[in-house]
Amino acid sequence: MRFVDEYRDPVASRRVLARIVALAGTERHYKFMEVCGGHTHTIYRHGIEHVLPRNVELVHGPGCPVCVIPMGRIDDAIAVAETPGVIFTSFGDMMRVPGGRGTLLEAKARGSDVRFVYSPLDALKIAVDNPDREVVFFAVGFETTAPSTAVTLLKARADRVMNFSVFSNHVTIVPPVKAILESPDLRLDGFLGPGHVSTVVGNHPYRFVAQEYGLPLVTAGFEPLDILQAIEMLLTQISEGRCEIENQYTRIVRDEGNPRALQFLAEVFELRPHFEWRGLGFIAQSALKLRDEFAPWDAELRFAVPGVRVADPKACQCGEVLKGVIKPWECKVFGTACTPETPIGTCMVSSEGACAAYYNFGRLHREAAVSLGRASA
Amino acid sequence: MCLGIPGQLVELSADNDQLARVDVAGVRRMINIGLLEDEELAPGDWVLIHVGFAMSKIDEEEAAVALASLKLMGSGLEDEMEMLRGTIR
Repeated sequence: MRFVDEYRDPVASRRVLARIVALAGTERHYKFMEVCGGHTHTIYRHGIEHVLPRNVELVHGPGCPVCVIPMGRIDDAIAVAETPGVIFTSFGDMMRVPGGRGTLLEAKARGSDVRFVYSPLDALKIAVDNPDREVVFFAVGFETTAPSTAVTLLKARADRVMNFSVFSNHVTIVPPVKAILESPDLRLDGFLGPGHVSTVVGNHPYRFVAQEYGLPLVTAGFEPLDILQAIEMLLTQISEGRCEIENQYTRIVRDEGNPRALQFLAEVFELRPHFEWRGLGFIAQSALKLRDEFAPWDAELRFAVPGVRVADPKACQCGEVLKGVIKPWECKVFGTACTPETPIGTCMVSSEGACAAYYNFGRLHREAAVSLGRASA
Repeated sequence: MCLGIPGQLVELSADNDQLARVDVAGVRRMINIGLLEDEELAPGDWVLIHVGFAMSKIDEEEAAVALASLKLMGSGLEDEMEMLRGTIR
């Protein structure tokens, strides 16, 4: 595993860490938000926060697509799934997210035909194979996932598959970042930009972070060394008085993104006037709905979607975790009433959720973290 | 769900230019390559696969690194592989 060793090389990690320590000094505190749930996972999995100087703090952002879906949308999904004749399809992650009326998995146990799929194309195939049933796909995800749904809808239209529809909960990455920057709760010094979302949207959409808010953003990969290098790049910018959008993950992310994927998105989707985010409330133009041309495949038009709003359980502090205001372990129910086996909030469900990542890995000892790079590969 | 899994192109579909057969850690399945139309993919190339779609062309090194990361992710790799196997066509 020659290649892998390069990214887990303790010597390389220590070299970057030494530069981080030198750049951070002791004078001030730095607070960087990693937007993406995949980064949160890497950070806890490898104990990165334990090896950083105490004055360099990472806060976790809203970039876990499962975590940001409000409870009301789960109830809407369950209502559609309970419609007679419907086969309701979903990614596995969403099946265990509790709404006000339980989870999709529980709806399945009550007799609804809920099936998990790996790909939206698999949902379309189920529709082709079951012409006498209505097949609905529960679409979630940021711009990483939305192009796949777009291609699936284009195929459904081309092949005239009329018993297929999409319940779109696709969201976009820039509006929540803006909402966090506008929030008085949190003062940040910079961002680790999301990796895979940026393969689609590129780096240009983040320019407002530097231009309007005077903060640096570095798009980062998912290896521990990637994260450390991106932190070093952020600190370098600050020490040189710069605030720019930089790309640490050049081996995958291009500044212009994936124009073909963006074209499919524009063809199939348009922005919703507003969409409710768990913890962040309603954010204008932050989510995607199907264009009018795709109305025959829009589950929200074809089914009675109650459109309920459900307040989060009082004990649940997912909202504050998603905004980076509190750390997972500071939530009142973390690890007690709320665990990955019996989650109360969304952040405990997905492996990219901050709470699940911390629950599974966060209690690494400092010594274990120092050996960063020696992890089995 | 966003991490993606690396796969190596085995063959491009003869009758649908949007499809290709890939090998993912020993499991073969068809994926959609429509999002990488501009990349001129060929057998032997590595791609990062997300929900059945090739998202990015990657090199062998990146593929090895991404696979190792998934193996470290608790049930990450097994979950992805189970889903892949469940939907082989």
